[in-house]
Amino acid sequence: MSPHPPLDWPDYKSTRLRHPHHIRPLKLTETELTAPRLGDRPLGARDHDLTTHGDGEPLGERIIVHGRVLEDGGRPVPETLVEVWQANSCGRYRHAGDRHPAPLDPNFEGVGRCLTDRDGRYRFDTVKPGAYPWGNHPNAWRPAHIHFSVFGRAFAQRLVTQMYFPADPLFEYDPIFNSVRDERARRRMVCSFDLSSTEPERALAYRFDIVLRGCDVTPFE
Amino acid sequence: MSITPSQTVGPFFSIGLPWPDGPDVVPEGTDGAIWLRGTVLDGEREPIPDALIETWQADPGGRYEAPGFRGFGRCPTDGTGAWAIRTVKPGAAGGQAPHIAVSVFARGLLNRVVTRVYFPDEEEANAADPLLATLDAAARATLVAAREGGGYRFDVRLQGPDETVFFAV
Repeated sequence: MSPHPPLDWPDYKSTRLRHPHHIRPLKLTETELTAPRLGDRPLGARDHDLTTHGDGEPLGERIIVHGRVLEDGGRPVPETLVEVWQANSCGRYRHAGDRHPAPLDPNFEGVGRCLTDRDGRYRFDTVKPGAYPWGNHPNAWRPAHIHFSVFGRAFAQRLVTQMYFPADPLFEYDPIFNSVRDERARRRMVCSFDLSSTEPERALAYRFDIVLRGCDVTPFE
Repeated sequence: MSITPSQTVGPFFSIGLPWPDGPDVVPEGTDGAIWLRGTVLDGEREPIPDALIETWQADPGGRYEAPGFRGFGRCPTDGTGAWAIRTVKPGAAGGQAPHIAVSVFARGLLNRVVTRVYFPDEEEANAADPLLATLDAAARATLVAAREGGGYRFDVRLQGPDETVFFAV
């Protein structure tokens, strides 16, 4: 069974007019087994450190989020682009469409990117995002999360997901989190507290490994 | 090892995902550059202003991951649901007709959906394409771009009687 959520998921209202009714099978070809090589895209030296993108320190709980990008066989994915975006510590995005009346933080943009190293490792320094309300249903709140976008080494591995924090009491009420039907797959979206990577007097740390589908099939018969 | 499931890009991805040069699969002034453009529509034919289109293709010689050729485009839709990328027409690769792979991300899409753009001036190659061969004429028609100006138009209809053909990838 695919661990991915169904496209038709009535509990998440925006799926109603946006989910296709038919998804057809495709035998992977060279098109899906290759991917852009973005390793030489110019990245700023501090692009991975979201706490340094303003004139001063952002408000909130400073955290390190790190982990590896792997294929499901355990093989690391080196030099792949990882992009993140998130709300600030009050649960507000720096986006004109975000009407949540929580304060913006002039020192927090909420956007980061980095390349994995040769062992598939990445690291972001940021602040813990806040939960925020949304209009999906009465008193709907999204659990705190960071959006992740990962390329992998094949078009078939392209993944956009959300990373959640351990033991969030909002999990059971969130239709987006619960759109993933398999419990083990849901756990895969939750980072783990990582005391050993915590920096004393500075930041707590969380570990989040991202596992992409393997693509070890040959395109030509 | 269980794989990480997809989640929606949500309504606010535009703070992070668009790149200034995202729509430029090839730089301005490239020989043979064309615009591939379209609109993303929902089940009531309303334009979707918060979708993201990504494209992936071979170079004009039919080579994937060719050095110096990014092959990748990324463009958010605007307030009218419109997107555009500047590219060159791909060559045929691996016994397939020339085509461009497309991912669509949006609020309300819990996973990306994947489709392909084929070209109207490749009738012979299209007729021999193994993937197009699995589709009836109406379904096939949703994957063939229309000529428009100096380029091509490819609209994406997420739902409805003429829903675009999407593939499980």
